[in-house]
Amino acid sequence: MTLVWLLIVLIAGGILSGLFARWHLGLSRWIALAAVTFDLILTLILAARDFGTAHPVGNQWLEEVNWSWIPQSGIHFHLGIDGLSLLLVLLTLFLGIVAVVISWTEITTAVGIYHFNLMLILAGILGVLLALDLFLFYFSWELMLVPMYFLISIWGRERRAYAAIKFFLFTQLSGLLMLIAILALYFAHHRATGVYTFEYQELLGAQLSPHAAMWIMLGFFAAFAVKLPMFPFHTWLPDVCAEASTATNLVLASLMAATAAYAMIRFLLPLFPDAIRTAGPAVTVLAVIGILYSAILAFSQTNLMRLIAYASIGHLGFVLLGIFSGNSLALRGAVVTVIAHGISIGALFLVAGALEGRTHTREIGAMGGLWDTVPRLSGVGLFFALAALGLPGMGDFIGEFLILIGTYQVHFVTAAVAACGVLAATFYALRFVQYVFQGSNSHLWHLPDLSPREGLLLGAMMVLLLWLGLYPQPVFQTLAQAANHVPTLWR
Amino acid sequence: MSTVHVISLLPLLVIAATSVVVLLATAIRRNHAVSFGLTLLGLALSFCSAFFTPPNQVTQLLTMDRYAFFFMTLITAASFAVTLMAFGYFEAREGRKEEFYVLLLVATLGAMVLAASSQFASLFLGLEILSVALYALIAYLGDRPPSLEAGIKYLVLAGSSSAFLAFGIALVYADLGALDFVRIGQLLGIRKGLDLSLLLPGTVLILTGIGFKLALVPFHMWTPDVYEGAPAPVTAFVATVSKGGMFALLLRYFSQSASYRFSPILLVLSIIAIASMLTGNLLALFANNVKRILAYSSIAHMGYLLVALIVSNRLGANAVAFYLVAYFVMTLGAFAVVTMLSGRERDADRLEDYRGLFWRRPWLAFVFTAMLLSLAGIPLTAGFLAKFYIVAAGAESQAWLLILILVITSTLGLFYYLRVVTALYEHPSGNTQVFEPLPRRAPAVSLVLAVLAVLLVWFGTYPAPLLKVIQSAIGSIT
Repeated sequence: MTLVWLLIVLIAGGILSGLFARWHLGLSRWIALAAVTFDLILTLILAARDFGTAHPVGNQWLEEVNWSWIPQSGIHFHLGIDGLSLLLVLLTLFLGIVAVVISWTEITTAVGIYHFNLMLILAGILGVLLALDLFLFYFSWELMLVPMYFLISIWGRERRAYAAIKFFLFTQLSGLLMLIAILALYFAHHRATGVYTFEYQELLGAQLSPHAAMWIMLGFFAAFAVKLPMFPFHTWLPDVCAEASTATNLVLASLMAATAAYAMIRFLLPLFPDAIRTAGPAVTVLAVIGILYSAILAFSQTNLMRLIAYASIGHLGFVLLGIFSGNSLALRGAVVTVIAHGISIGALFLVAGALEGRTHTREIGAMGGLWDTVPRLSGVGLFFALAALGLPGMGDFIGEFLILIGTYQVHFVTAAVAACGVLAATFYALRFVQYVFQGSNSHLWHLPDLSPREGLLLGAMMVLLLWLGLYPQPVFQTLAQAANHVPTLWR
Repeated sequence: MSTVHVISLLPLLVIAATSVVVLLATAIRRNHAVSFGLTLLGLALSFCSAFFTPPNQVTQLLTMDRYAFFFMTLITAASFAVTLMAFGYFEAREGRKEEFYVLLLVATLGAMVLAASSQFASLFLGLEILSVALYALIAYLGDRPPSLEAGIKYLVLAGSSSAFLAFGIALVYADLGALDFVRIGQLLGIRKGLDLSLLLPGTVLILTGIGFKLALVPFHMWTPDVYEGAPAPVTAFVATVSKGGMFALLLRYFSQSASYRFSPILLVLSIIAIASMLTGNLLALFANNVKRILAYSSIAHMGYLLVALIVSNRLGANAVAFYLVAYFVMTLGAFAVVTMLSGRERDADRLEDYRGLFWRRPWLAFVFTAMLLSLAGIPLTAGFLAKFYIVAAGAESQAWLLILILVITSTLGLFYYLRVVTALYEHPSGNTQVFEPLPRRAPAVSLVLAVLAVLLVWFGTYPAPLLKVIQSAIGSIT
């Protein structure tokens, strides 16, 4: 039942927050914050209860809910959580709190509707992470889109309408292709067994011809690749990030990407092992191209948000490489990178948002020499830039290191080229620090330094990132519990 | 015809009697509220009676089975909503209002006959009752030139399409000597080496007549003008009741005569479906008038429905019924919003009328958003599940081309729905003149909107009860 409560609390929090905004804006914000915090505590209790205990083989889910929903079509309301989803649920709720808190001063219009949409997105993300019924999964997957569209189109910058529609069309079309793939799988399974079901675990055993499996896999892959986003389907992310508000960018780049990576690991790998083995090399090549290409583009951006968006695409290229290299070490690295990327890129968006809140611009050219006036903010910015370029001791390093080792065992040329990507990341990360914080304060900026609220958030993110970098063992332990679910690739 | 048969006809009889009563009441003393109340009462009685009347074949003309009752309840419920919408709309206007309700009842009766007809004679009867009432309804605001123009356009086109239909029926009858759908199916099944020289032109002509009513491409030309010119509640009626009754008939004809066995017919229908999906969605992209956008989108929706009809499996028939319910809810909802905002001089049909609506009337904007997103097929709304079932039906029969086109065109469709939605949430700029809606709030329309919004979410999240009803309804024709 805990899992259902997670969703109910978020949705109810969103509705209440939307209603109370009429009378009191602060109350609306506090309700949203309380809802997400409550969820985080619930999940932590769940995690603490099960941490370190060995699970019997038969019962692989830490917690499970299975209700009949639309019996006529074999659709169940089936939620389940294991180590993999637990980690990402924790990440989602933590960043959810961050998103609510940083919107505290940035969002001043239609506060209630804003929080309603934000809560609905978080509920959709949790639905994706917990769903064990493919219909429910698709339902949650699509549920994220509309509130996100509103977040971009109402609270965005000048070209928000264009950005919102671009986002919506990319994700909607790819999502519909996945719908066709899900239905094709559903009917293929029915033809083989005579049973109509969207159950994940039953569909795992679906007998598919290699030809059909490849097409169905591609349908799923289209949705995940666009959402991640993977080169060459990445073009929407920088455009949207340039226009959307800070919290929206955080949710978009850190959390939605996490759902796409999760969906690849949870659904794509176990459902279509053979098709993945065939298509894997091609995807790893695209991933490596994406890593290098995004590094080059990130280096030449003038808009801070676009720069971070390209940095995010680069990291997600590593994630893709880790997932499709067919090596268990790399796959574990991919999960760590998803978490570390969520925190470090999210924090960079926070820093950029804090700078925008003070200077009212997102252009790098308009900044420079800020270290003199905002030393603490600049220090934090340097920290996260170093995290993003993969400095040892921080989470990103662990993840990318594992991915590279794992890939090296499979194909060393890919690993070697991808390693250049780490090098390339150094250039854009340091360029960011150099042009924004260092140099002379030629624009004569005189700005307030970090507020306690911002300091608290960024401090917490720093601690998590260092923890992940110095002592990632708890993450691997939690992940090991999920290892039975992706058997074909955890060699 | 025995008493049992008369009882079975109760839903139809109640409506017919109500129209006479309203007419008499108007003759004695004109009172808008009385006509309105009587109409609501009649529709409600007819709605309820459909649950209690036993299924029966009443003469050769009318098949009062569960399928017919299902669509009759849908039609009367929709007419009920249209009546509620119309009261506030006409109350704000000069001129005679009472005859509107008589015409509305007659048109409803026609649509109900269509839902119950299982042979061509009653099809023609129902169609004419519906059409003749609609001519007057569309042109009801005689002082508004667009309304008159729309009425005349509909009159001319509907008249000629009826002629096509009658000719088609005659050809089929000349060939087979039967008007009954089931009998036609049997005769077609028996005959070997089918000679299609009369049958095929006959069927195509019948499809022309039906296609006109449903506004399928290439018989769609009237739709945007009629939608734009007709008073908003009438547009809602044309979009839902008129098309819904016709589609109920088409589905019955298709499955009872087993027409899906004939590949030429399937080919023709496939082409019509693809053309409707493409044309409807593409033309809507270039429209700037909300009523016209909804008109083009309805063309596309009929195309989607046709996809489920063509694949003709059991899931397809259920998908059609579910889609029609969802389509009724969301279309009525969208037009209820248009009605609510319409002023004395003109209807609120320009995109500018909706700009920044959210900042003036947040709840209304919210409901309108839900309706538009449902039309676009977004989760949590009935439109999502409806589209899901159509795609599922297509996938079951492996009609990949049709569902791929459905998916691509419905993504295109997002563009124009989102255009309206975006306009709703635009920040109001100071200097634009805000179009002022009706001077007083219309509680009846608010009620309709609230109920429709609840239904929209209910069918979109927990459709199991509705699906059960639909399965039993569909079970009686297959």
